[in-house]
Order: sequence, then structure tokens, then C-alpha cells
Amino acid sequence: MSWGSLGYAAFFFALYLAAHMIARATVPEADPALLPMAGLLTAIGLTEIYRLGPTDAFKQGLWIVIGVALFAATLIGLRRDYRILESYKYLFGLGAIVLLFLPSIPGLGTTVNGARLWVSIGGFTFQPGEIAKIFLIIFLAGYLRGKREVLAQGRLKDLGPLLVIWGACMLVLVETNDLGSALLYFGIFLAMVYIATGRVAYVLSGVGLFAVGGFGAYEKIPHVHERVVIWLQPWTTKPVYCPLNGLPALRQDCQSYQLVKSLYSIGNGGFTGTGLGNGTFSTTTGTPLIPFVNTDFIYSALAQELGLIGASAMLLVFMVFVARGMKIAIQADDGFSKLLAAGLTFGFALQTFIIVGGVLRLIPLTGITLPFVSYGGSSVVTNFVLLAGLLLVSNRANARS
Amino acid sequence: MNRQISAVALAALVLLAALIVGTTYWQTWAASGLATRQDNEIQRVAQFEIKRGLILAADGKTVLATNASQTLAGQRLFFRRYPTHGFASQTIGYSTQSRSRAGIERTLNSYLTASDANLGSIFSSLGDRLKGTTVTGNNVVLTLNVKAQKVAESLLQGVCGAAVAWNPQTGGIYAMASTPTYDPNLIETPKGYAKIQATKAPCTPAAPLLNRATQGLYPPGSTFKTITAAAALDSGTYTPSSTFIDPGYCTVYGKKVSNALDQNGPERYGKVSLVTAYQHSINAVFCNIGLQLGSGAILSEARKFGFYSVPPLETPGEARSASGLYDHGKLFTPKNPDTDVDAGRLAFGQERMLVTPLQMAMVAGAIANDGVIMKPHLLKEVLSPGGDTIVKVKPQPYRQATSPETASAIKDMMVAVVQAGTGTRAQIPGVMVGGKTGTAETGINHVYDAWFIFFAPAENPTIAGAVVVESQLNGFGGSVSAPIAKAIMQAILPPSSNTNP
Repeated sequence: MSWGSLGYAAFFFALYLAAHMIARATVPEADPALLPMAGLLTAIGLTEIYRLGPTDAFKQGLWIVIGVALFAATLIGLRRDYRILESYKYLFGLGAIVLLFLPSIPGLGTTVNGARLWVSIGGFTFQPGEIAKIFLIIFLAGYLRGKREVLAQGRLKDLGPLLVIWGACMLVLVETNDLGSALLYFGIFLAMVYIATGRVAYVLSGVGLFAVGGFGAYEKIPHVHERVVIWLQPWTTKPVYCPLNGLPALRQDCQSYQLVKSLYSIGNGGFTGTGLGNGTFSTTTGTPLIPFVNTDFIYSALAQELGLIGASAMLLVFMVFVARGMKIAIQADDGFSKLLAAGLTFGFALQTFIIVGGVLRLIPLTGITLPFVSYGGSSVVTNFVLLAGLLLVSNRANARS
Repeated sequence: MNRQISAVALAALVLLAALIVGTTYWQTWAASGLATRQDNEIQRVAQFEIKRGLILAADGKTVLATNASQTLAGQRLFFRRYPTHGFASQTIGYSTQSRSRAGIERTLNSYLTASDANLGSIFSSLGDRLKGTTVTGNNVVLTLNVKAQKVAESLLQGVCGAAVAWNPQTGGIYAMASTPTYDPNLIETPKGYAKIQATKAPCTPAAPLLNRATQGLYPPGSTFKTITAAAALDSGTYTPSSTFIDPGYCTVYGKKVSNALDQNGPERYGKVSLVTAYQHSINAVFCNIGLQLGSGAILSEARKFGFYSVPPLETPGEARSASGLYDHGKLFTPKNPDTDVDAGRLAFGQERMLVTPLQMAMVAGAIANDGVIMKPHLLKEVLSPGGDTIVKVKPQPYRQATSPETASAIKDMMVAVVQAGTGTRAQIPGVMVGGKTGTAETGINHVYDAWFIFFAPAENPTIAGAVVVESQLNGFGGSVSAPIAKAIMQAILPPSSNTNP
């Protein structure tokens, strides 16, 4: 314990108090549990990030301030009626596509770890994909509300938009080399189409299309192929070709190094964990053992230090958050609000599943952030805006009943 | 729409619940598997915070491995030190950060770090963790006899070879030596590993890290006649007094195979019994017995003695080899042994037969212990830091190699070898010693691998073993290895038996 860490605690307590006051003033009838849960998750993440490196913790702290500011701005700006967003749905749809393709623009995008997801402007980097996710959900909520009856008829020509979105997702996948985000966008899209139309056939054909696209990507895109190979066989007993240096090496010493080290980190936690601050993340001489430990692999760090008990408790918080978000969707009384709340919540849940599931080797590992917990500005800010959206829908639903 | 939202909500919650299941899998069921993986640097580094248990010799006092604590970045870490600077190094192995772990430092790691499944260990290490004090590992007491091990290592110094001595009645190993050896303290020092690799020895590669006692594969030479003799007696066709005419050579595939050189007797013995043929290691007789029995019978007898299986021991599996016929560096099981394998040469331990010293010590042990091979073990007991016994290893039979009658008959032959045969240099005054020499051809003229397998005292053998010395120019089992075996036995036998005239 140091004055530095106590200072963080005091500052963030004050920040949350402020966020709470704003929420009380703007959305008095909203679900009272969501903000504290988001606060808890952010605090867990910040504590772990501080423990891994105080410099990053300070930057993360700044991002949280910005996140809370945007949270407040969203609440204040849309407190009368957020449904005004519906009329700008095409603008949001267009915005989402523009944001998604920003990293592909030469001179603007930066490639990190094989994926083009970042935009860099004057030393300031952010991931436009995160914001695009919210824009996409708003667009879909508006679009599907209008078209749901037609879509529910199931005429072949109405499948057009579905195919367009599928194509766009695959393009994003090819452009950015990012299987995780493509899965996330497409998953959100399918869930929202299903909620709007109630037709399981759409979900099944969507899953089928994604499988075809995914298989194609696996065959044609080396980066995607590599992820799948790592997932299926992270350990080899004989040296195999290592694309990193072109020499033969055991796969665990080459491509699957990160995944394997992350599993070792989780395994080292055991049932009770090593205790916060006692985990092993570097050698005795200080060489880091887990790359990207505070972003993609924050869950491995937490699972090691908090153990099965702590990690499960944190996942339960995620589950309660999702359950309450879905409850808001059920309580809302117009289609746009229902679709918006359900889409935001499902996106939140699916993103958690994709990153933690990847770290746990349930699915191929793709680098996306763990909502509220991972280090990363775009992610923190986006999730606070997502939270504001849920509170707005909740407030309206409760105020009317 | 609410019905669909409920379905989607359920799907989302199932996905998240799967994460809890996945975490549970890696942190409980799979955790020990992950922890033992060689590339698990996290586990290894984390365990430097644990005060590793001591490794002690059988006397419970001689410390073979201990810790040196060092504070790095505010953390108290424990690094391994080996105060004996090379005592059974290949067997004990090492625990390092840069080169992982080897030997029993690897295989008994869970005891040494108190991460074993014993309830006492679980509670005490959990208690230490909760209190924030250093977790202390369990102490491991080995069966190694300090005196015997030191004698074996000093007599093998300067040559390449190995020695194994064990208790054929309990399976406890007294000595397991392999030379050239190394100082495990050097493994992690700068340039230390390179220094070990550059060790000079009369053999190439010197391979000081190799545990020749369990991994070294040598032609057994005449020590294999013990197996042939057992096969002959077990077949029922022969008795110890069966007589043979020794023409001085044996004809295999139309070629003459002459008797070996390690005999003090005449070149041709004429009419001899099986006992005499064994006592003087007459190749021609065994060659003919082999041709009579056929390779199949000899190999199946060898299997009964443990050949073609990796002998059980606490050292890592890859540090132990199975004995048997080898073809192009691989263990080879002939499809039609009687036609694929030259029975004549096999009978006196040539052909493609390769054995480990541990396997030959087990052969001697089987003869000494009424045909029963006990399970060889290095671990005597595991003690908690407070001194409570966590594990005590009990003697366990490993396999019945032959009948008590056959074992008893061969035992007498082995006693005859030491009393008035090729192994007289293993005689210990006042102690009845049994043994068998072996002088295996290496493919280079006049250069042999010198073997001796032994047991003592014959009335109730508590010691059995094998010694091999590689690449001896005109060096025979009886002259090179028997004296080493004698010194090892003397180190283990109670002092009174050594002073008797």
C-alpha cells in the first residue's frame, strides 16, 4: 500500500460519486445496479493495471475520466428522449462503416500484432472499431424496428440487407485481419435480427454463412489460419516451422507462446489465487513472461492473482450486468428501445466471451478488450457510453410503468 | 419480442457461464498438468518464492540440495545450491530458472515445493500463503548411501562408465553413479553450462549430463549368460550338472566363433558342466546352448527379467532406457526371433543386444532375491518441514523373473565365479560374494566394455548391482570392474564383515 495507490482510490471514489450524482439527476428511475457494477469492474481492472505497471494505470485513469465525462454528456444530452437517435440511423450506419475502414487508410492505420485495428493521429492512437460497435447497434435498432414485419415474412429479396452486412463483416475481417471483431459484429447483428423477426432460420443461415466465410478466411488468410492452428494445437512435441523467424521450433516457444504463457498464468492461480500483487508475470531478473498482459491477457493476470474464486466472482458480475441489461430490454415498451438495450447488452456479453474464451482456449484467441477491465482508452470510453445508453432506456421504461 | 429477448439473454448467460467452466477446468483439473510442463516458466519462477525442501541422503543428515536466499526487487527468492558439488548429479538433477529442472528435482518437484496432493501439504502451504509467510517445501530423503556413492564415483573418475548398487530385497538404491559427472551448481552460472558441455572424457561425446546408469546402452557381453543360463534351466532340458564338450569355438552360420580372452584357463576346456561353463565364461558352450534354445526362448527369458520395458524409477521417463535388441538406434522386436536373430551370439551377450547398468543390476537382484525383482526406488521418505512423515516408500515386488530353484542354481554359479572363476578380484574376506564378469566387444579390436554384476552376502543378499566401464583397451570385466564392485560392496556392508580375515 502506498500513498499513490490510496490517492487513486480517493480520486476514483470521488469520480464515481460524481457519476452517480449525474445519473441520479438525469435518469432517476434507471436500474440502480448497473453503474456500481461498471465501477467495480473498472476498479478491478485499474487495480490490476496499476499492479502491472503504474504508468499505464495513470493513462487508464485519464481515460476513465474521459469515459465518465462522455457518460455524463450522453446522459445529459439525451435525457429528454434518446429515441431521437432513431431518426439518424443511416448516419450511424454510415459512420460505423467509415470508422471500421479508418485503420485501412494508408498513413492513418497502424498494425499491431498482425491486426490493423488502430488509428494513429499525432501520437494519439485509438481503435475506431470500438465506437463503430455502438454506432452499428444504434443503426440496427432503428433499421430492424422499421423492417421487422417485412423481414419476418421471410421473402428472399428481404434477405438482401443480411447479405450486405455479412459481406461488410467479411470485408472488415479481410481488411483488418481481425477474426474477433468480425465475430462480434456479426454475432450482434444475428442476435438483433433474431429479436426483431423471431425467425431461427435467419440465425441458422447466418451462422452457416459465417462458417463458410470463416473457413474461407482460414484457408486464404495466413493470420487467421495461424490463429486456428494455435487454438487446435498449442503444444507440439516436435519442432515445427516457426513463421516468426523461419526456423523450426516447438510451437509453444513460437506462435502459441502468448496463449500457452497465459494458460500457465491461469493455472498458477489455482483455486484461491496467488493473492493480489503476488502473481508471477516476469522472471526474477524482470523479463516479462506474458505479452499484452494488461490488454488482451488481463484476464490471465486476474485469474492468477485472484484464483478461481476471484475470477468466477468477476465473471458473475459480468453475468449480473448482462441479466439486468436484458431485463431492461424486456421492460422497454417500444421496439427501438428493446433492440437498442438488447443489442448493447448482447455486444457486451459476446465481447467478454470472445476475449476470455480465447484466453481460456474455448475458441481461437483474438485480441479484443475485456469491457471495463482491460487497459485501453477506446474500450473504456465506449463502454461508458454503452452504459449510459442502457441507463437511458431503463429510465424511460421505469418512468412510464 | 420479449420471448426472443429472453432466448438471447439465456444464450448470453450460457456463454458467460462457459467461461466459469473453462476457468475451473484450467485452475483445477488441468492445473497440475500445466504445472509440470517443461516450458512453464511462470510456475518455475513462481516456485522460486518457495523455500524448496532439502534433498537428503539415506542417513538423513547429508544434505545433497539446499537453498540460498536472495532478495530481488523486494522479493525473497530461493535458489538451489548443491553442497556436495556433484554427488549423483545425473540422478538428483537440478532446479534452475534458465534450464528448467532435471532428475528427481523435476520428478519430485511437487513434494519439494509442497504442492503435492497430500492434505497436510495443502493445509500447511495454504496456511503459509494466507499468513503471507514463505511456503516451505517438504524434505525428501533418498535411499542413496553416501559412502557407497562416493566410492563408486571416485573409482569411476577419469573413465566413462556407471555403477548401480541396490538392495535386492527392498528395491532401495544405494548408489547410482555415472561418469563423467558435473557440478550442478554450474548449470545456471554464466558460462557454467558451456563449461559442463566442454567436459573432457575418454569417450565421445563425454555427455556429463547423461545418466549412464539408466540411459547408457552397452552390449552386456558375458553378463548376459546369466539370462541364457536361466533360460536353459527354465526350459527343463538342462540342469546345472548338464555336461558339454567345449571344442574351443562354436560354429554360427558356418563361421567359427572362438572363446573369449578373459579366461585364465586353457583355450579349450573339453568336457565341462554348465556350472563350469558359467564360472569360466566359456563362449562356445553358451553359443551352443543358445543355438539349441533359439533366440525366441532367450528373448522371452530376458523379457521376464524386465528387458523391453523401461525400468520403474523416480527419475524422469526420458532419462531411462529399456534394454533389448537395438537396430539403428531403436529398440527392435524381431518378428521371427529364431531366424532374425543369431542365437549363438545372443547367448553370450553380443548380437544387437544393448542393456543399461540398471537393468543388469536388476538381473543380479533377481538372482539374489529368489527370482523376484523388487521395484527399484530412490525415494526413502518424504518429511514435512516439521519432520512428520508424509510418504514412506515400502518394498514392492516388480516382477517374478524366474523360479526360486533357477535363481538358487544360478546364485551358486555366480558364487563359483568369484570363488574360482573369472571374478576372483571381487572376493571380500569373510563375505560370500557372487558375480559375473562381462567383456563386451565394442567393434574396435582389443577395446572392450568391462562389466561386472554382483551380489553379497550370498546367504542373504542385501546388495546387488552392476558396474560398467566403457572402452577399456585390453580391459576385462574381471580386472577392471570387479574391484570397483568389491569396493562398493565393502562401503555398504557393515564394518565387521570387512575386518574378518
